[in-house]
Formats: sequence, structure tokens, C-alpha cells
Amino acid sequence: MNFTIPKDIDMTQQASWCPGCGHGIICRIITEAVEELGVSNKVLTVDDVACGQFGQFAMKYNTVMGAHGRTIATAAGLKHARPDCLVIARPGDGSAYSIGIESTLYSAIRNDNILAIVINNSVFGMTGGQMSPATLPGMKTATSPFGRDEKKNGSMLDITKILSQTDMAYLARGAVNTPANTEKTKKMIKKALEKQMNGEGFCLIDVLSMCPTNWKMSEIDACEFIKTTQSKYLPLGEFIDKGGDK
Amino acid sequence: MSKVIVDFKRCKGCFLCTSVCPKGVLIPSTQLGPKGFEIVQQDEEKECIGCGACYKMCPDYCIEITD
Repeated sequence: MNFTIPKDIDMTQQASWCPGCGHGIICRIITEAVEELGVSNKVLTVDDVACGQFGQFAMKYNTVMGAHGRTIATAAGLKHARPDCLVIARPGDGSAYSIGIESTLYSAIRNDNILAIVINNSVFGMTGGQMSPATLPGMKTATSPFGRDEKKNGSMLDITKILSQTDMAYLARGAVNTPANTEKTKKMIKKALEKQMNGEGFCLIDVLSMCPTNWKMSEIDACEFIKTTQSKYLPLGEFIDKGGDK
Repeated sequence: MSKVIVDFKRCKGCFLCTSVCPKGVLIPSTQLGPKGFEIVQQDEEKECIGCGACYKMCPDYCIEITD
């Protein structure tokens, strides 16, 4: 079987993500899902002011840079302006679940017909690995050097528990730590894009992604950390699939 | 037999490909690439089975596989 780089990946330049970062893998599976659906000329992405912004150097799609945390709100506006386009917001967990939690919640409540792919590495990546709402209990970060203390810092946020109460179209969690999980996540993205094409409403896919630099571990250990720890607190799977099998 | 094509200029030496290759075709090279990272190399004695695991895990689009 042949495996070739998707045409929608821009090979004339290279995004400056750290070695072993999951962002690059996520961009590849987005472009593969889009190409399989044959809708490359209709995709608009909205990037966040964070590590996700380098996606504009990895993918050839037209991109709007949203203000930090307002990626999903910007994507919702973009969809209203260009309903013929497929709009994909790509915030991180620090953006979508902290400063932008109201954008995320109200897009789900309004059931905006967009796709949000949240790259969840349990830290604020670009600013130096500070604690985010999705930081695991006991996890060491720049602002919780002795580990997240739930009594002091509050409990970890699992967005699926909040959004599962809304009337959104699709809610799932994938990961990119193994080839098998990467393929499953790609199928989730493809399904969510099909739902957007059918006008079903808001889709959010939380993707567990490696951040070896801020987790202070090797790239391979970071993949193992997702398997042994992060996915135990943040379970993978589909939580809402309106009109689907579940 | 499948063939792995690696663009060493893009490699940042994360070695995710080496960790998932079931046949050990890709291994660390102990050589620095143009970006200053230790890059991967192919073990010529091992045969690629074309599973695509390395392609699926490479975050920098360095790897392609042909039949």
C-alpha cells in the first residue's frame, strides 16, 4: 500500500513545532479526511494564538487567526458569513476550556454548524507549559511545580461531561499517540465534516496530543503518558453522535 | 517489498517512527541533520512491510511509502 503526503499539506515550508508534537499529525489527518471527502476548496480553518497557529504553515487552506480563546466564536461568525464553506476551528485546551470556555459552551448551546478540533495536551503549550483546566490531578506544570492540587487548584475539567448535556451534533475524544488511535481520530474528523456538510450542527473532537517539551519527557515517553495516564482521566470514544449508531 | 522514502531534511529527530516500526527498519542514526537534530536512518538489512505506522506517526511529513 502506498502512503503519500496529502496534497493539502504545504511541503514548501515547515511548521516550527517542537519534535514529537502532535499538532503535525493532527494537521495531516485533517487534510486526509478533507481530501477523501473531496472538499479541499471549501475548507476554512480558524487558528488560535498558540502553538496551533503554525497550522497555517502546514496546511494550504485559507485561514483566519482568531484572538486567543475566541477561535470557536470566530469560526461561528465565519460560518454565518460563508455558509457554503466547511469551517474548522483548531484551538487548544488552554484556549477552548479556559479563556474561551464561554465560546465553546455557547457554540454547543446554539448548535453552530462548525467543527472544533481541540488539541488537548493538558497544558498551555506556547506560553511555557502552565496549568490548564485539563491538567491532570497531580500533574507537574510550570505553575504547579509540585503537581496539581485539587483542593488548591480545583478539579480537572473533562469537557465531555459538560457538553454531553447540550444538544450538539457530535462529541468525541481521540488521540494521536499510536497509529491506531490516529486512524480512529481521522475517522472521527471525517464523520464530523460529513455532519457539517449535512447541516447537523456543532461538532467537537477533543484530541489528546503529545507535548514532550512541556511535559519534560522524551517524545516516545509522551506517547506512553497518553496511554497510561492522560487517557485514563480523559477517556477516548464518542459521547454524542446524533443520528449515528449510539 | 515496500520502500520507505525519508526526507531527512525535514526530520526533527523525535523517533516516533522508530518506536512504532514493527520490523525495526527505521533506527536512530547518531548523525545530525541540517536542523541540528539527530535524524533517523534505514537499516538496509530489514525489510519494510508497508504497514504505514511510521508515516502515520511522523509529525513533520518526512516519510512516504511506496510498493
